[in-house]
Amino acid sequence: MTAALGVVVVTGISRYLGAHVAARLAADDRVGRVVGLDPNEPTAEIQRLLGGVEQVRADAASVPTVVAELDAEVVVHLSLVTSPEPGGRAAMKEHNVIGTMQLLAACQQASHLRKLVMRSSTAAYGASFRDPAVFTEDTEPRQVPRGGFARDILDVEGYLRGFRRRRPEVSATVLRFAPFIGSTADTTLTRYFAQPLVPTVLGRDPRLQFLHVDDALEALHRSVVEDHPGTYNVAGAGVLALSQAIRRAGRLAVPVFEPGLSAAATLAGGLRLGRYGLDQLDLFVHGRVVDTTRLVEEYGFEPRTTAAAFDDFIRRHADRSLVTADQLATAERAILDGIRRVRATAAKESS
Amino acid sequence: MNDPAVEDWPGDPWDQRVASALSFLRRRLSGQYEVDEFGFDPELTDHVFYPVLRRLYHDWFRTEVFGLENLPDDGAGLVVGNHSGTVAMDALMLSIAVHDGHPKARHLRLLGADLVFRVPVLSELTRKSGGTVACNPDAERLLSSGELVGVFPEGFKGVGKHYRDRYKLQRFGRGGFVSAALRTGTPIVPVAIVGAEEIYPILGDLKPLARLLKLPYFPVTPTFPWLGPLGLVPLPSKWLIEFCPPIPTADLVDYADDPMVIFNLADQVRETIQQTLHHLLEKRPDPFGR
Repeated sequence: MTAALGVVVVTGISRYLGAHVAARLAADDRVGRVVGLDPNEPTAEIQRLLGGVEQVRADAASVPTVVAELDAEVVVHLSLVTSPEPGGRAAMKEHNVIGTMQLLAACQQASHLRKLVMRSSTAAYGASFRDPAVFTEDTEPRQVPRGGFARDILDVEGYLRGFRRRRPEVSATVLRFAPFIGSTADTTLTRYFAQPLVPTVLGRDPRLQFLHVDDALEALHRSVVEDHPGTYNVAGAGVLALSQAIRRAGRLAVPVFEPGLSAAATLAGGLRLGRYGLDQLDLFVHGRVVDTTRLVEEYGFEPRTTAAAFDDFIRRHADRSLVTADQLATAERAILDGIRRVRATAAKESS
Repeated sequence: MNDPAVEDWPGDPWDQRVASALSFLRRRLSGQYEVDEFGFDPELTDHVFYPVLRRLYHDWFRTEVFGLENLPDDGAGLVVGNHSGTVAMDALMLSIAVHDGHPKARHLRLLGADLVFRVPVLSELTRKSGGTVACNPDAERLLSSGELVGVFPEGFKGVGKHYRDRYKLQRFGRGGFVSAALRTGTPIVPVAIVGAEEIYPILGDLKPLARLLKLPYFPVTPTFPWLGPLGLVPLPSKWLIEFCPPIPTADLVDYADDPMVIFNLADQVRETIQQTLHHLLEKRPDPFGR
């Protein structure tokens, strides 16, 4: 069988998502040639995945020439960083916003380009107290979010809208991913839930949705080999409250007064300590739930539920649980038996 | 490891109570319960919130309900009520009236102002008890999934009004609730609530303090803020709740964007509630009687 797709360019292959997508595409015989772009050298662990992938070291400035020379048919843009480590917020914005701008400028010139697939995030809906409980793809953000990543996402999607206007014949797919979780994912959020004591915002119990990282790969893979132009929410059905997720994971919540957390997050960002930034804080105050009807109908694919994805994460990180469901069940049994024994004795004595 | 001294006591009510309380506690502590996409936690609502409210409903306010047959058996319904009483106690009592009076014990999903969701703790209690932000996307989402939704179109104009204006319905906003009902073809059930006006009678409004605290009003009642926390105890007025016959909207789906139709329908609902309030007030000559 001849390859249905010619050259597929994947950006961001030095990171988990980019590397896995590139590897899956390289293993798919409907895809001819997979070229990975990244300014950084992948680590040895990632390098092992990239067997069938041609690699090009390209920074933002040289991307246009590379894309033009490759004569790309499909561009998969995954090179977004979600947190300011290591280079600080300025480097993060440079990478996300300027990087996307230059890639899209290159795509606009690429005459053989048929398809563009871009990673986005449900952070695109912003965070406001007037928000509806569930976001559909058509919901406009009511308030510009505080977090750097969320603001980058709004900028990046803005550039993509411009690209769609200028190259209407190119099929453009935008996938707005819920936060990733799963046994292999390593993100700010998975590190957060992996701790035994988990800080939360006092008086807030946000509704969360997760996406199993394998389902993110599946959605991206299908977006490349099938045709699904448009913008789609990608998340696991159902909702977990943060307190509920913490209990299921057997962790302990440590509620912190919100203004203190904001100050700490800002300070941590300024000092480049930032593991948790305002992005996480916005999520932990407002929560975020999206409607995935459009994805399920168009792709005929349903990501595993939020609860199932989170269970997969718990199984991997069970060693650091403080309280497990089994221990609670044992305690329940013991207390119930104790009460029955005391009552039985009392009944015997009184009779 | 069956200990012979420890046996089940089938049929013993105290044993069952202890066992179910312990298993409830275990489920809560291990997170083994479900919340829906709006954050509604039916288990917590039925086992913790409603029992507390039920005591107020029966023992403190001695609530009587009329017209329960006007609530839809199943499927969507939009319950529209008058709002009063400084805090939204009427919304909570209405949920109990619906849940305990309906043959299928349905949960009333309340729509609240965004201010409620700005306040820590309060926002989460509201979501867990089934409430969400009063906006058209949420209202329509709840209605199209067949829920019974409760809304108070007067908003803060209703709860924060002076005692001398009691039982005078305020303006009904832009009629967003009507367009939500029309878009989903949901019947509107007007409901009149008598009793909430007297629980915290507002005699004055400290506007500068309200502005400082970013509240829509700062109430002064006969007991608040004079008696401190004691002033938060609601006065034990007698409550009457009457559900009016439903107004069908299924044949008006095409008019969901027609402002004339929306205003007329909103007016019809408002008039129905106002007249029912007058009837109920005649039935209750003494606000604090039995």
